[in-house]
Amino acid sequence: MSPDSAAKPLVRVSDVVKLFGAVKVLDRVSFTVDRGQMIAVIGRSGAGKTTLLRCISGLETIQGGEIEICGHSVGTSGRHSRKALCRDVGIVFQSYNLFPHLTVERNITLALTLVQKKPRREACDIAAGVLSLVGLGDRLDAYPEQLSGGQQQRVAIARSLALSPQVMLFDEVTSALDPELTAEVLKVMEDLAERGMTMILVTHEMGFARRVADVVLFMHGGKVWESGPTEEIFADPRTSELRQFIVSAL
Amino acid sequence: MVQFNSVHVLYLLVAAKWTIALSLIAFIGGAVLGLALALARVSRFKILRLAATGYIQVIQGTPLLIVLFLSYFGLSIAGYQLDPLVAAGLSLTLFSGAFLGEIWRGCIEAVPRPQWEASECLGLGRLQQYFYVILPQAMRIAIPPTVGFMAEVVKNTSLTSIIGFVELARAGQIINNATFQPFLVFALVGAIYFAICYPLSVASRRLERRFHVAR
Repeated sequence: MSPDSAAKPLVRVSDVVKLFGAVKVLDRVSFTVDRGQMIAVIGRSGAGKTTLLRCISGLETIQGGEIEICGHSVGTSGRHSRKALCRDVGIVFQSYNLFPHLTVERNITLALTLVQKKPRREACDIAAGVLSLVGLGDRLDAYPEQLSGGQQQRVAIARSLALSPQVMLFDEVTSALDPELTAEVLKVMEDLAERGMTMILVTHEMGFARRVADVVLFMHGGKVWESGPTEEIFADPRTSELRQFIVSAL
Repeated sequence: MVQFNSVHVLYLLVAAKWTIALSLIAFIGGAVLGLALALARVSRFKILRLAATGYIQVIQGTPLLIVLFLSYFGLSIAGYQLDPLVAAGLSLTLFSGAFLGEIWRGCIEAVPRPQWEASECLGLGRLQQYFYVILPQAMRIAIPPTVGFMAEVVKNTSLTSIIGFVELARAGQIINNATFQPFLVFALVGAIYFAICYPLSVASRRLERRFHVAR
């Protein structure tokens, strides 16, 4: 890595516009994420948070602006660098989306063997490694439906981690879980943050965001309404929309 | 008039062999064609989708009887004299392909969309997504309707008698003409059909159970 690439933001979102028909879901959204930073995206339902993550991961094409992520550029023209993007960007969904017909181990090794062309044995070693990282080292042979929601979500995180991404995106990963299961998933994410993983998370867990995130992005009506260091955002919201949101979320 | 005897039973069993052979041709040919049609129906390319949809609509709206007439008598007038087995096999393949294609399209589309997205985000290519993620899940959903349709095809092979094919139903008719014991003959014919179809439904239940465990 050249010295200046460390200083350059790992993710740069500039003036991104996303339309669903005539509806502007993202309206000139811009922000940057440095290596090792954790950014929490907060806001009401319908503010465009999930869409933003989907655009960054390349699942949605954008109608304006540009997204540069780990050196890959996602423009308005489509998904040409999709494969390369997948190698560097991991995403975890609200609904886990594990493959129900495969064991936990195969869920994780699938992309390692098919996409990264690793030998089966090496892939299994990696799977065992990431699973113990999320505290499920003993559930290799289980099928997803035999696991609790929290365990499934941790497997989903492990599945992403196995591909050693540079950035992880989390899309409301705990909103389908009860408080106890939420805690075990958040713990895994906190560990990841401590290990220096660059993360962008859409979350409704205000307490967690406040405790762990470096930067908070408040979205409102498809725009970045307010953003800044976490403490400032929570302690001293400048806009009335954010103030109301924080009050209602607490 | 001849008394119904063991020779007749043997005759029926030999004819049943043809019913089974025609069914197998229809399953295998229909499965290959059906899979191609199902994939074309969910393809990203509009031309493939339109072509497959058109084909399925035409076949689903045409009696198998007419397809048989066309491939046997129609083609012979056009100068292609097909062997009855070829004509029957071709017609049954065209027919079951259209139905299986539509059944399987539904099963592919029944796999939740996020499964596509999750596998896409892991970097899997389109073919890899199909073979490792989507089709295995679609197969489980597809077992009951597919087996149901297979039993239907077994019974539909009786239609090939009109192009001169002596399969089970036709053989029954022939024997009945000689022995004039319709109740006995056709009850036996029905029992043989049942004996062919019943294992299918048993296999279906077994398969479903196995797939259910492995998920």
